[in-house]
Amino acid sequence: MKIHEYQAKAVLAAFGVAVPRGALALTPEEARVAAQGLGGSVWVVKAQVHAGGRGKGGGVKVCKSLDEVRDKAAAILGMTLVTPQTGPEGRLVRKVYVEEGLAIARELYVAMVLDRETRTIVLMASTEGGMEIEEVAAHSPERIHKEYIDFQAGIQPFHVRNTCTALGLTGLAAKRAATFLPALYKAFVDKDASLAEINPMVVTADGDLLALDAKVNFDDNALFRHPDIAALRDTDEEDPLEVQATAHDLNYIKLSGDIGNLVNGAGLAMATMDTIQHFGGQPANFLDVGGSADRARVKAAFEIILSDKPKAILVNIFGGIMKCDVIAEGVVAAARDVGLTVPLVVRLQGTNRDAGREILAKSGLRITPVESMREAAEAVVRASRGE
Amino acid sequence: MSIYVDQNTRVVVQGITGGAGSYHARQMVAYGTKVVAGVTPGKGGTTLDEIPVFDSVRQAVKETGADASCIFVPAPYCKDAILEAVDAGIRLIVCITEGVPVFDMLAVKPIVDRAGVRLIGPNCPGLISPAGRCKIGILPASIHQPGHIGVVSRSGTLTYEAVAQLTELGLGQSTAVGIGGDPIAGTGFIEVLQAFQDDPDTQAVVLIGEIGGSAEEKAAAFVKEHMTKPVIAFIAGRTAPPGRRMGHAGAIISGGEGTAESKITILRECGIEVAETPADIGATLAKRIGWNP
Repeated sequence: MKIHEYQAKAVLAAFGVAVPRGALALTPEEARVAAQGLGGSVWVVKAQVHAGGRGKGGGVKVCKSLDEVRDKAAAILGMTLVTPQTGPEGRLVRKVYVEEGLAIARELYVAMVLDRETRTIVLMASTEGGMEIEEVAAHSPERIHKEYIDFQAGIQPFHVRNTCTALGLTGLAAKRAATFLPALYKAFVDKDASLAEINPMVVTADGDLLALDAKVNFDDNALFRHPDIAALRDTDEEDPLEVQATAHDLNYIKLSGDIGNLVNGAGLAMATMDTIQHFGGQPANFLDVGGSADRARVKAAFEIILSDKPKAILVNIFGGIMKCDVIAEGVVAAARDVGLTVPLVVRLQGTNRDAGREILAKSGLRITPVESMREAAEAVVRASRGE
Repeated sequence: MSIYVDQNTRVVVQGITGGAGSYHARQMVAYGTKVVAGVTPGKGGTTLDEIPVFDSVRQAVKETGADASCIFVPAPYCKDAILEAVDAGIRLIVCITEGVPVFDMLAVKPIVDRAGVRLIGPNCPGLISPAGRCKIGILPASIHQPGHIGVVSRSGTLTYEAVAQLTELGLGQSTAVGIGGDPIAGTGFIEVLQAFQDDPDTQAVVLIGEIGGSAEEKAAAFVKEHMTKPVIAFIAGRTAPPGRRMGHAGAIISGGEGTAESKITILRECGIEVAETPADIGATLAKRIGWNP
């Protein structure tokens, strides 16, 4: 799960990670009042959306007066922010975060993430703060310093010392890092994060160390034990169809093609998309109905797929736990309820296959039954072209 | 004749009184698996059909000599269930449950390894040995038949797809193992490949991978260095967009790493044939081993 910058900073600050002072605003006037409350003479107004690269898209503005804070907030609120991470459609900005301005001496990068191979938490650090780390990794991987932290033992002082050396942090900044990095690690582990990225982590003119930006993602599977984190979910930032799918326990991801598909099992669902593309089509979605889908869930899945206005739909079920006749009933019910008009190709294999096929055949619906995955993909691609 | 399990494996089902636990315990028994016990704390002294239910794994082991466990308990309790099984002396733990927090697996994995216990999963369909009539997990038994092909996979239903194709071609299986779709798996490709290499009854192997991580790349290098038996592969997720978790917690392309194309390239560089589509998995293996049905 993703959260906003202002939320991430609040979570991290509670663990002792130093962050600039700031306040959330939903209107230009609120932004002005927030700046006034913070005091000082320089403020930064930052668009709050779940995407990076906000500065490049015009979503981050430095202001020198309270009126400017209000005006810049007015410009940002309600804008559709397009960044390299939002895609061309962009994101509507609904909130801004107003922060005190800092005298920045250096911009650095630190992040924590799970390393699957070594099964450790890797602390990544780079002097190339403010840049996209993927770019640094691609062009100058030697500039990314890594410390591998054993999950049982936790972060040690030597991890901090090595990181300070790599970043050239000395004196007060190094002393601050000895608090900052262990606090970041503790937040990461205690809150079941999957990513904690501070880009940039800044050294101020006074030698202070602060998180100027913060991105924290969480392990969805662990949200049950963090109701405080789960409450931070902002469904405005998610695709409405994906929100609807989650409510029905469906794994759904919207894609850009025109062939809808409904599959059981994540691996088979991916492979089905791949096969459609192999035969010249473009999948409109990834949808895994899961191992224990019932009629209601199949119907919900159909409604979500149809909202995407596909030119054809492929249902590919390998019945194991899931029984083909149950799927078939769901398909027929859904097709009737929604008044299905697009061509439907259905492949049922495995448990109760014949019963399922009979239900489809007797339904009177225009369904193309197929045997193999190859046939299925070929048939649905043809159907999507109106052949 | 198989790896990890055979006709002598004695299984305790943890979470046997739940919906999935009871349904699949019965399915396992119907296939021929020796399900000797069930465990649900607070339900000790009851039975599921003929299977005695105990309050703890330790009691179940003491009373029935169970040596393998199949876990169906809800995700928040899997860490406890796995560690309880290790503590009770279980040698093979198969965790079917999906949705176990990653940090729970980080805590569990070193303990399992230190105890020398084999953990398969979580978020997996389990494993099956058709010749040994032993199934631990949720794989549909009817599509399997005894034979000499080893199957190892990160996916559930895609495994069934591959197995069904093999069976259709007359190629039975020595063992099919689903290692699960999570970022931290109890057992990886390499351990299963080594076991298939050492198993005199396995003649060739089908490896089914997917996007995310680098387990397939490591497996490819292992096959090149250490295996004499033929291996073919399929990788799912060529069309998966980067940065999105494709159903499985571990199926994500991040920072340009873990793409299907890079995995396929490395597998081929290591001499492993990769099926173009899932529909070609059976045929690719048949061709590789010169099998004419």
